[in-house]
Amino acid sequence: MSADLLYSDVENDLRAAVRGLLADRCAPADVLARCEDDEPYDAALWRTLAREVGVAGLLVPEKLGGQGASAREAAVVLEELGSFVAPVPFLGSAVLATTALLAAGTTEADAAVAGLAEGERTAALAVPLPSAPGAEVFAGLRADADGVLGGRVTSVADATAADVLIVPATGPDGPGLYEVRTDAPGVALSVPVPLDLTRPIADVAFDGAAARRIAGPATAAAAVERALLTGAGLLASEQLGLAQRCLDETVAYLKERHQFGRVVGSFQSLKHRLADLWLEIVQARAAARNAADALARDSADAPVAIAVAQAFCAPVAVRAAEECVQLHGGIGMTWEHPAHLRLKRAKADEIALGTPGRHRAALAALVELPAAG
Amino acid sequence: MTVTPEELRERVRALLASHDPAATGRLDFLRARFDAGLAWVHYPQGLGGLGAPRALQGVVDAELAAVAAPDNEPRRIGIGLGMAAPTVLRYGTEEQKTRFLRPLWTGEEVWCQLFSEPGAGSDLAGLRTRAVRDGDDWIVTGQKVWTSNAHNARWAILIARTDPDVPKHQGITYFVCDMTAPGVEVRPLRQITGEAEFNEVFLTDVRIPDAHRLGEVGDGWRVAQTTLMNERVAIGGTALPREGGMIGTVAATWRERPELRTPDLHDRLLRLWVEAEVTRLTGERLRQQLALGAPGPEGSGMKLAFASLNQRISGLEVELLGEDGLRYGDWTMTRPEIVDFYGRDAGYRYLRAKGNSIEGGTSEILRNIISERVLGLPSEPRTDKDVPWKDLPR
Repeated sequence: MSADLLYSDVENDLRAAVRGLLADRCAPADVLARCEDDEPYDAALWRTLAREVGVAGLLVPEKLGGQGASAREAAVVLEELGSFVAPVPFLGSAVLATTALLAAGTTEADAAVAGLAEGERTAALAVPLPSAPGAEVFAGLRADADGVLGGRVTSVADATAADVLIVPATGPDGPGLYEVRTDAPGVALSVPVPLDLTRPIADVAFDGAAARRIAGPATAAAAVERALLTGAGLLASEQLGLAQRCLDETVAYLKERHQFGRVVGSFQSLKHRLADLWLEIVQARAAARNAADALARDSADAPVAIAVAQAFCAPVAVRAAEECVQLHGGIGMTWEHPAHLRLKRAKADEIALGTPGRHRAALAALVELPAAG
Repeated sequence: MTVTPEELRERVRALLASHDPAATGRLDFLRARFDAGLAWVHYPQGLGGLGAPRALQGVVDAELAAVAAPDNEPRRIGIGLGMAAPTVLRYGTEEQKTRFLRPLWTGEEVWCQLFSEPGAGSDLAGLRTRAVRDGDDWIVTGQKVWTSNAHNARWAILIARTDPDVPKHQGITYFVCDMTAPGVEVRPLRQITGEAEFNEVFLTDVRIPDAHRLGEVGDGWRVAQTTLMNERVAIGGTALPREGGMIGTVAATWRERPELRTPDLHDRLLRLWVEAEVTRLTGERLRQQLALGAPGPEGSGMKLAFASLNQRISGLEVELLGEDGLRYGDWTMTRPEIVDFYGRDAGYRYLRAKGNSIEGGTSEILRNIISERVLGLPSEPRTDKDVPWKDLPR
């Protein structure tokens, strides 16, 4: 069966609902103001998205309290969240942590995911954000037989918005997934100044933190791998949404801005740059849809589709954001203008869940194009 | 009338019963197929069709392919089928349609296109080939270029200037030109590949009867839009499997010849592999949109994407081959009837791909089209729009 690369009516309706809400509640000035606030996340917006629109449970089956939708719908939500650089923990909680719990397949994990799906609680998967699929993420943290955690994990996305952490750690009998509250004794979050102001990261130290094991060696490693693959594949849709927004804003600005007595958008050098960028975004849409569809169908081709989407979409988002700054001229370089928020997100997204180079390296093995020597 | 797939199958069976392909000459079979309305089912009755939905053509083609019936070698007569025929159908008189379409479809009469000129490429409407009225005829003089198949063609679709005193788009008229008429001289145009796919066509006092005019005098630009629209539909349209294009050739070499591998080439190969795969998916997405009857603007980007991709992949392939990249198959001036990227070596692919960003609309013109029609940015200044053609600087 070949991939469905279009958007269904249901997906379009979901997009309209999310976009309408974000247009009301997530104006660029609001997002910017929040960046220098003590609360970088918009908890009220997240509550509405999670509970009323139901985005937190999209990937979760109905019997566990979710929407029973698929990666295709989650991808559409990420396009819109990327477009608005919305400061909500969808990727960390509703994608990464939720996918890990679902793939763990234990009663404890199912119980944990139900709370996430209903938006009662928010979780983060305690892995460094740059982890590509295949990354070793269990070695840095240890758990004893009672589930007491020790060690440190850096650059965890959406941890500061989370009530609980889903922690991959090496226990006495091998890899396990552990659940621990972020405010539990022995859990210390330190928050570095992030490049991406709208998706903060945290370094988390565990020192005798009492956690609950929710998956053991049978499923833990595969569950984390599934989460990283899903996250990488769906991040392409966030990158797509962000890139499309950068293009739209730039085109709109160049239709208004006058220099030398003419609309700046009438200069052929700029028209051609924007035509090239448009084409890259058209291509990125096909790549991102293909990855989301492969995940939704649990296709054997998903690893290739995801590596292709990440290798292609990450640089397109960066280029779109860079072009947006450059073609806005001086105003694009100011703090006041939102272009920098998208540039910072795009650049951080390029590192997140595997750089384009790492995804190309993965592809080399997957499609049998071995390296030299 | 509406035709069902079952009725079409019934008509195919009747055709096969009266004209067994095994016992009928190829041309006789094709003529009978045309007369049975099974040539192009969406054409009108009496002109090779049944007025049926275009989508049903596949039913006929599949039935006939199943019994290995001869076809009209569509790749050999693409200009006639894809460009001349829709224009004749739309603008031709009843007489013209009856005269031209049957032998065009059967391939008895090959068609070529006399549009581009040495001085009118991207700015086609600036063309200077003149047609002057003389009684019931027009006398045509000028030079055309990039004409595929001119040396095999019986007929050409031709646009020429009939009124130099009005702005360029208004003074053009569309004709059907007899390629065997006195004054038509075809010379091969040798390309950088060594071969001559195309021709230059010199027209010296060529007489074209007014009965071979398509559309009104002075309306040739509008008529030509039908031709050109059909050309763009034809470009970049077929489904490919993964590694189905040029990237597959390079990937195969990479796998077979480890001694050629370097880290730099590996990195570039992977980047191009990703881009080729994404471009393939983009085409697939476009076809899915078309199948729903909702064509997106993506179509205008596909040719741009393929041109750039083919050029970079074939460039990498020559470099990867090293010593073999120093050698070229054959510079002999051959006259291929179809372009085949894969029948020849990497050097050929590299050189032929240079044409991909020039033919059928240059990449620069395509970027103008995308930025103006898709993104809505201002048009390029048209200083020649309201000036009589004869007064334009040249």
